[in-house]
Amino acid sequence: MDMNDSKRFDTEQLRYAAWLHWSTLAGFLMLIATFVAYVFNILPPRIPLAKLPQVWSLPAPEYLKVTGMPKGWDWITMLGNGDLASFLGIAILSGCSIFCIFAVMPIYAKRRDWVYFAICALEIAILVLAASGMISRH
Amino acid sequence: MMRWMPFFLLLFAHPAFAAGAVAATGAWWVWPLALFVVCFFLGIVAVPAGVGGGVLFVPIVGSFFPFHLDFVRGAGLLVALASSLAAGPSLLKGGLANLRLAMPLAFGASISAIGGAMLGLALPANVVQIALGVTILGIVALMAMAKKSEFPHVPASDNLSRMLSIHGIFRDVISGKDMNWQVHRTPLGMGMFLVIGFLGGLFGVGAGWANVPVLNLLMGVPLKVAAGTSSLILTTASSSATWYYLDNGAILPVVAVPSVVGMMIGARIGAHLLSVLNASVIRKLVIAMLLISGIGALLKGLGIWT
Repeated sequence: MDMNDSKRFDTEQLRYAAWLHWSTLAGFLMLIATFVAYVFNILPPRIPLAKLPQVWSLPAPEYLKVTGMPKGWDWITMLGNGDLASFLGIAILSGCSIFCIFAVMPIYAKRRDWVYFAICALEIAILVLAASGMISRH
Repeated sequence: MMRWMPFFLLLFAHPAFAAGAVAATGAWWVWPLALFVVCFFLGIVAVPAGVGGGVLFVPIVGSFFPFHLDFVRGAGLLVALASSLAAGPSLLKGGLANLRLAMPLAFGASISAIGGAMLGLALPANVVQIALGVTILGIVALMAMAKKSEFPHVPASDNLSRMLSIHGIFRDVISGKDMNWQVHRTPLGMGMFLVIGFLGGLFGVGAGWANVPVLNLLMGVPLKVAAGTSSLILTTASSSATWYYLDNGAILPVVAVPSVVGMMIGARIGAHLLSVLNASVIRKLVIAMLLISGIGALLKGLGIWT
């Protein structure tokens, strides 16, 4: 085993770690800020908080039907509602891996490590596909 | 006294107290608050027990709280995702998570996690509840019987891991020596991660309970690197399934956010209490909690207990 290999691979680990740190921090701050705005009615919710106990025991499809909550990415146009603004932090946290993988791809390209470059590209494609809503039920 | 603290705290955080309070006041916030408190204590016991929060969260909250299982699984995935994201940077910097090992395994797991999420949201809740109960009881058996190997012997790496240059150096704190590690049975490991990712997406439980034994016992990764890399794999695999749950309306902020915040604060305290709490007692407590909630999920799914 080549010891230099492991040292060489540190570059990508450290870059991945840095992107993971900052994107996760951004996601957490957004999650907490929007949730506080939601529960303290700074951003009024689309579903009144007092009515939530009537709908949180419903299956997700029925909940969407009964409440008329937006599906897919439609929430992004309604960030004035506290319950929908909370999705912003969740989306950032769910998207962290995309940013991080994208950030290390140039290192693989520079090293001509095309196998890992391809794995990264395919992983991003899968995550973007999942995020796009194209495979959703609606 | 400290060793019994989690018992007392969990007792006082019991959802029955919340149910009584809601019935008395009709206040919506009592359940999310109870969720925060329960998750805080789950976070404390999860760290010394060596399990991720998600595997405790879904069966316990799914059995004892009024939220539909769709929202519980959505929140469970977010709990697993948030915990692994928070731990990721330090694990990578410290060499306890290996990106080169994680990437190919996470790729398979993230595809199958979407498949699991699709199936989970398509099946009737009672079927998922029964399957969850059976899986949790399987995890209890795995936790009670599984062995661990601090530094497994890998006589020779396989062709695939050599092609992918999956190997590393692990600094043994006790001896202070740098030890080279390599892996074997990589194709089989990749196959196992497809199954694990699927189960994680289906039940929203995260998958540290399965990732670590596969990495450590099957592929021969040193235990600490296996635990760290498992967390890194979860950041991607949970992410793909979380998108699917979010897209299909199966994430309720009022369920997900108190759970994530409670679990993360609890986990930080759990990490600090590692030296005070008796890890063996906590592990037995967690196995007992999983056993009760697994039976609870099974009975709820079968309609015997509501």
